[in-house]
Amino acid sequence: MAADGIVTSPRPAARLRAGRLWYRVKESPLTLVGAAIALAVLFVIMAAPLLAPYPPDKISLAARLAAPSPQHLFGTDEVGRDLFSRVLFGARASCGIAFAIVIISTFIGSIIGCLSGVVGGIVDTAIMRLMDVFLALPALILAMALAAALGPSLFNAMLAVAVVRVPAYVRLARGQTLSLRNRTYVKASRSFGASPAYMLRWHILPNALSPIIVQATLDLGGTILTAAALSFIGLGAQPPTSEWGSMVSSGRNYFLDQWWYVTFPGLAILISAMGFNLLGDGLRDMLDPRLGGR
Amino acid sequence: MTQPPLLSVEDLEVRYRVTSGWFGGADVHAVNGVSFSVAEGETVGIVGESGCGKTTLGQAILGLTDISAGAIKLRGTERDRARRSQLQIIFQDPQSSLDPRLPVWRLITEPLHIRGGYTRKQLIGRATELAVSVGLRPEHVDRYPHEFSGGQRQRIAIARALAVEPALLVLDEPTSALDVSVQAQIVNLLLSLQAERKLSYVLISHDVSLVRHVADRVAVMYLGQIVEEGPTLDVLDAPRHPYTKTLLDAVPSFDRPLTSIAPRAGELPSNRTLPTGCFFRERCPSATTGCELPQVLAPADGLRAVRCHLVTRATDTAVPRTAPRPVFSSPNDAIA
Repeated sequence: MAADGIVTSPRPAARLRAGRLWYRVKESPLTLVGAAIALAVLFVIMAAPLLAPYPPDKISLAARLAAPSPQHLFGTDEVGRDLFSRVLFGARASCGIAFAIVIISTFIGSIIGCLSGVVGGIVDTAIMRLMDVFLALPALILAMALAAALGPSLFNAMLAVAVVRVPAYVRLARGQTLSLRNRTYVKASRSFGASPAYMLRWHILPNALSPIIVQATLDLGGTILTAAALSFIGLGAQPPTSEWGSMVSSGRNYFLDQWWYVTFPGLAILISAMGFNLLGDGLRDMLDPRLGGR
Repeated sequence: MTQPPLLSVEDLEVRYRVTSGWFGGADVHAVNGVSFSVAEGETVGIVGESGCGKTTLGQAILGLTDISAGAIKLRGTERDRARRSQLQIIFQDPQSSLDPRLPVWRLITEPLHIRGGYTRKQLIGRATELAVSVGLRPEHVDRYPHEFSGGQRQRIAIARALAVEPALLVLDEPTSALDVSVQAQIVNLLLSLQAERKLSYVLISHDVSLVRHVADRVAVMYLGQIVEEGPTLDVLDAPRHPYTKTLLDAVPSFDRPLTSIAPRAGELPSNRTLPTGCFFRERCPSATTGCELPQVLAPADGLRAVRCHLVTRATDTAVPRTAPRPVFSSPNDAIA
């Protein structure tokens, strides 16, 4: 018989799990770096108005294309807007949109995938072949085509990238469902008379969730890049919205003489994308059942 | 007239489609015409080697596997959805039969939760009652499966099966995933629950000593058929069918050194295309003429039935030896 633990919290298992997760995070410094970057980005998104020294759209023709200085940490652009403030506010558009894209595509993808796995048959085949068509086209090209067809705007770019990301989640969720459907506890549930919806709600979704969450975190970095790329070619955020991709795009013209204009938004893209990738990698390693995590 | 038995399985057949290709698929004949019945409060043991169809039989009784032919009756009438909760199953591995993400109270009351109409408080109360009745402590119901040992997990699984007051439990190798020291505790728990609640058991196992200890009657399965059936001690102490003898010889014993057990030639025949005649013919040490004919499960001495013409004909001296007497024969026997 197991040792008699003293119950100090109503959910000792949850506490244990969190403790084990923290223990593993400490083992991997890169994951910590990723987590720190992700937290910093979240903080900037929420606190941008407090942190920014100037309003992002404040034009000051006297200080056009000024080099970085204590007044303008990242310098200014061609109409004298403070680049530091614009980069901070740009986190809202660039990363905020990435979050929205990932949440939308995860949600839609998991539902379609689980249904496909549970229903099976012709419906399953039809859905999966459709997803194969999506996957066969390069993601950025498809997103460009969709964004161009819908008309250039931040919202349409978001929709386009979300649609392109859905198939990955559908496949993942379907695979999970197929393997979970044959677990003994799902069979047991069926022997008690559970309906497919019940098994989906109580056994399949909760157990399929952790790989889906890992995939979503991993995708955040890529999504930031894709969204920035769409804005860079003019299919995403429209001026004067501060968005990293469109800032790099307009800074391109001044690249040789005013290096700061493209560099700081570009660094912001690089660092945030890298941060989310590191976090995703770390989470994947930690949640991998073969490594003993859960 | 006697009342119909609690559970009766009649000429049950289960076939699986295993491959589906352009050139047609192949079927696995997992269960091939099994009939038996279980009385109120009785334990029937099902023994046989791996792949003989005993687990499939258990799942078919529960409705977890579609049946291809035959009938499963509960107190004389076909079991339907409403009365299916009278039949419950205990799986072999309590590790995988409990959802790792649900607390114990929720696991135990899953059958009630599926039915609906209970408050959380009622469910927790019921779970606590059930947990205590299987030897767990009330505070255990707030924990998660991974905090328990294998034996405790099997207790949780048993409590879950009892939640809807079943009349019969199918025990699918209930102790084979457990440590030897814990096996006895689980067996004793099952026996005392049976005495308290007048439960019937169908015990599926390859552990002959467990079956000897627990079962009132035993059926020996080979390639999806029952080859010998009767009171446990009769069958296990004086087996008549050649296969039963082989099976019991393979049980290790202190009386007999392991080296004296002759390795048996041959594998279990494929169940994709069933053998003609007696299913055991190719491996049988006493195969002779007559074995190429389909065999029927016929009464031998006492209360037992044996599917071997050598045994049943030798016993039944009153019958002329010209033709095998088709007792208990089913349409399936004729086809096989």
